[in-house]
Amino acid sequence: MRKIYLSKTEKALTYTLLCIPLALLTLGIYHGLMQTLYRSGMISQTSFAALEYYQGLTLHGVINALVLTTFFAVAFGHVCMRYYTGYKLNMTTAWISAGMMIAGTVLAAVMILSGNASVLYTFYAPMKAHPLHYIGNVLLITGSWVAFFGWIGMYRKWRREHKGERIHLAVVATMANFIMWFVCSIAVVYSLLFLLLPWSMGLTPTVNVPMTRTLFWFFGHALVYFWLLPVYLMYYVMLPTLAGGKLYSDNAGKFVFFLFLVFSIPVGTHHQFAEPTITQGVKYFQSILTYGVALPSFITAFTLAASLEYAAWRKGHRSKNPFSWMTKLPFFEKDRYLFSYLICGLIIFIIGGLTGMINASYVLSSLVHNTAFLPGHFHMTVAGPVFLGILGMSLYLLERLSGKEIRLKRINNAIPYLWTIGMFIFSAGLMVGGFRGEPRRTNMGISYMDPDSPLYRPDWVWTTGTTVIGGVILFAAAGLFFIVLLDLLFAKKSKESYLSFPTYDTVHKEKVIPFLNSFKPWIIIMLALIMVAYVPAILNVLEFTGREAPPYEPQNPNPIELYQPEAGTDVGDAETYKLDQNE
Amino acid sequence: MDKYEVKAMILTGITLAIFLVAILRSIFTYATGIPECIPYDESFTEPRVEKLDDNVYQIFALAQMWSFEPHEIRLPVGAEVDIYLTSKDVVHGLNIADLSLNMMAVPGGVNKETVTFKKPGVYKVVCHEYCGSGHQHMMGEIIVNYPNR
Repeated sequence: MRKIYLSKTEKALTYTLLCIPLALLTLGIYHGLMQTLYRSGMISQTSFAALEYYQGLTLHGVINALVLTTFFAVAFGHVCMRYYTGYKLNMTTAWISAGMMIAGTVLAAVMILSGNASVLYTFYAPMKAHPLHYIGNVLLITGSWVAFFGWIGMYRKWRREHKGERIHLAVVATMANFIMWFVCSIAVVYSLLFLLLPWSMGLTPTVNVPMTRTLFWFFGHALVYFWLLPVYLMYYVMLPTLAGGKLYSDNAGKFVFFLFLVFSIPVGTHHQFAEPTITQGVKYFQSILTYGVALPSFITAFTLAASLEYAAWRKGHRSKNPFSWMTKLPFFEKDRYLFSYLICGLIIFIIGGLTGMINASYVLSSLVHNTAFLPGHFHMTVAGPVFLGILGMSLYLLERLSGKEIRLKRINNAIPYLWTIGMFIFSAGLMVGGFRGEPRRTNMGISYMDPDSPLYRPDWVWTTGTTVIGGVILFAAAGLFFIVLLDLLFAKKSKESYLSFPTYDTVHKEKVIPFLNSFKPWIIIMLALIMVAYVPAILNVLEFTGREAPPYEPQNPNPIELYQPEAGTDVGDAETYKLDQNE
Repeated sequence: MDKYEVKAMILTGITLAIFLVAILRSIFTYATGIPECIPYDESFTEPRVEKLDDNVYQIFALAQMWSFEPHEIRLPVGAEVDIYLTSKDVVHGLNIADLSLNMMAVPGGVNKETVTFKKPGVYKVVCHEYCGSGHQHMMGEIIVNYPNR
């Protein structure tokens, strides 16, 4: 493994980007457990320990799904670009980006904790948050763009100096992910800055709700791939070597990342199957495209399984049983904990991926939409492979960059297995509950799970109870992780500080295929497909939306009167009414 | 590309084709679909039930913080119902788990779905989209085949 040595400021940057979200994660994890207690009725009140249910739910979503994942994608992108191109990072853009992301996170977190932004991480209008919450989210997202702009320079320099050579798979993965991220988040930044911000400040009276939702889901589905692709990078580039084998095919890997670039965005309306203002034709078309995204995952399933089986055979596994190689992998080697984190994520993702196919289906959606089945599904993606990949890789990077060594090795290696067990129990409870109609995002403890309430639903008791058991196990696993992490951070430096990644060799000698060695054709296909899928959707929304909506507060069924037309320009009905009363 | 990759690709293609056929069949043979969108009109915001024929009804449902209007609806067994749904204030959801009926109520948009109540019973209508601090109390009922009627 090639070693490189990072400069002091590069190390400081990586520490900052890894540790800030991990510190916030304690809050996110805490409210994860609390939600299972609220939903099962064990806590039958609106708030607990000064944190209201929906406020905590917003915190859980924003920190775990937006802050942690974005910070990690940027931090991991930095070290991957640094390691695989060999060039120094552009520290100006890197620090500007880190500063923007931190400022944005602080703003959003303060607004949520002060109770001014209980609008969930989807910030659904016309529920209004404080303007600073929207600005915070914009800063977090655009901050990550700035890091990406720095990498574009590194990428172009590499292409100039290595004409005709094979781009490294890790570089393709990082760049593809951030190109996709940049394009999809333009929509949500537009929606935040130009629709929601002036509306929440009272500069515009109303907002087009279906438009903000459609723009959100233009971004929202690609967002899940933005979480996932850094972990896919680990699966392709690092997992085969960690298992003691080789990657089956490098070109297949590149093809997969390019397919994600193409298919991630034009599938967003499959989150809106149950909504008005988008016609069935558009929804059906995007449903079919969604099955296009299944293609790279199928290729991945094959390539990774083949790579792992190859590793087992190299270790001397010989058996006629086609499945027994699975038992021959280094599951419980305490010094190879990154393998454990990654393989556990992969096992969870088998179910996570398959349930995703159910959600995206044009007809099954009406069975599961917005029920507890949905969090059951996405906890097996974002809280499975993504979360375990982030935790494992954070430990791996911190260990190498600090020159310290993890001391609680056995505990560390057990964490992902414990998490996997907890996740299967937790998600099973949610998914079965979903089939029985349990709504998601609902404080069920004070209504449906309260035996004294007229709304009591006894058929949901054992499913929500199951999620509590899973939640406690997950909470314990996360607690152990923080113990291992703190122990690592307070350990004494015992080795040199360096950076290296277990990087693959391929099983086959492969030619450089020009089509798989350039972003241009894929970006063109992506833009064309977005146009075909989203121009009709936007036109639908403009045609079918009958009225816009004023802002609302979560506690009050009457709209807030924020908007004040400038004096003299327009005498509204309200003012004439007041005059009449005076007479 | 080696022979294993080719085999895997063929298997993938077959799997995806099965999914596609299953979806098409459920749409066209069983007519299970997703809601239609209807051009918006103010009249959709007046909650009411209209009887068109012996067994054919129209429900104009309005979701608001934090109730469904009309709150309690009574229908005979076998009623074929067109449900039109919109929202008075924020975004709501409408879920009848026993019927797999799943619609969103979005201010400014009108959603339409057709269902048949084949079995008698009390159908619970649950709001499944976060709509503010009273969200967990938002539930309505459709009672099918009430006595003496």
